[in-house]
Amino acid sequence: MASGGSHGPMQQFEVNPIVALKLGSYDISFTNSALFMVLSAALITVFLVYSTRGRALVPGRWQSMAEMSYEMVANLLRDNVGSAGRQYFPFVFTLFMFILFGNIIGLIPGTFTFTSHIAVTFAMAIVIFLAVTVIGFVRHGAGFLRLFFPHGAPLWTAVILIPIELVSYLSRPISLSVRLFANMVVGHVLLKVLGGFVVMLGLFGVFVLPVLVSIQALELLVGALQAYVFTILTCIYLHDAIHLH
Amino acid sequence: MPQFDPSTWVSQIFWLIITFGVLYFLLSKLALPRLASILEERENRVSGDLEKAERLKQEAEEVLADYQKAIADARTSALAALKESADKIAATGAKRQAEFDAQLKEKVQIAEDKISAARTEALSHIKDVATEVASAAAGKLLGADVTESKVSKAVDEALGGRG
Repeated sequence: MASGGSHGPMQQFEVNPIVALKLGSYDISFTNSALFMVLSAALITVFLVYSTRGRALVPGRWQSMAEMSYEMVANLLRDNVGSAGRQYFPFVFTLFMFILFGNIIGLIPGTFTFTSHIAVTFAMAIVIFLAVTVIGFVRHGAGFLRLFFPHGAPLWTAVILIPIELVSYLSRPISLSVRLFANMVVGHVLLKVLGGFVVMLGLFGVFVLPVLVSIQALELLVGALQAYVFTILTCIYLHDAIHLH
Repeated sequence: MPQFDPSTWVSQIFWLIITFGVLYFLLSKLALPRLASILEERENRVSGDLEKAERLKQEAEEVLADYQKAIADARTSALAALKESADKIAATGAKRQAEFDAQLKEKVQIAEDKISAARTEALSHIKDVATEVASAAAGKLLGADVTESKVSKAVDEALGGRG
């Protein structure tokens, strides 16, 4: 927290304004974080639109990747939510791609990882949480409250079960956002520290470099995995809201 | 940690909403419908091709069945024709055999008739010849003239036993 302007491992998480902007009394400056959000969104759009421009019957490499990501998320949604989840597909797909590209672009040295900020991950998590809650109440009315008491359990257990279920439900946005945020922060700090070692050790840094490279590879996996986990948990929450367990 | 500096939160969330919103709009209006149509088209094409292949296979099987039926029919009719001609040949042969037998029998009959006629004739001549020979022989041997009637009588007597 006292990283300040030093070159510590936390410096990479600093949000610096590029274009200072104000909306009333709020600071809405276009920052490095915003830049990489725009970059991610632009890359996703270019990737998906450009790769499918030929609408090839037999896809090339890029079109294959676009189709694979589409089918991956579609299967995820269908397996976890069923056909009722179809209308939420664009949102879930956008969410997955946005987090995936944010995580992966952030692994390029010198870039900024917007998913390493709790403000961003919590904002996404709370929107999902609120949306899922609204969907649940719209679909089931007050019946949605049955989510907090498992069907068939003895009535007296309600005293214990309802508080537990309620707490676990309310902690969803926290666990969802902290998981992504913490994974990204830890990975980037580790990379930064190891990178520092390599530089510090001079010629002997060659021995640390392979470790750094393998951690980099691991972080690539973690970045993809966390995007997947965030998406699959969103699907599971949607399932609960639509099917009540 | 810069993450817990609240002064940047509003800006981050503001740009998150803007970029995510724009991306959602672009994907749901542009990229996803296109991908969906590509996948659907491929699905249709593949299932169409499979259907076509199935139909062609069925047609080929029908043709094969027809062909086999035609061959079986041809074999049956060939066998029938063969049997018919064999029967015909056998019947003709039998008829000819019968005709030939009858002809042969007739010829044998005619020949037998001829033989018996010739024999009868020969037998009737034998007496004259015998008489002549006997009288000539007697004339030569005895030097006496033997009357024709005497000789004839003696020949009759000699032939009498064989008649």
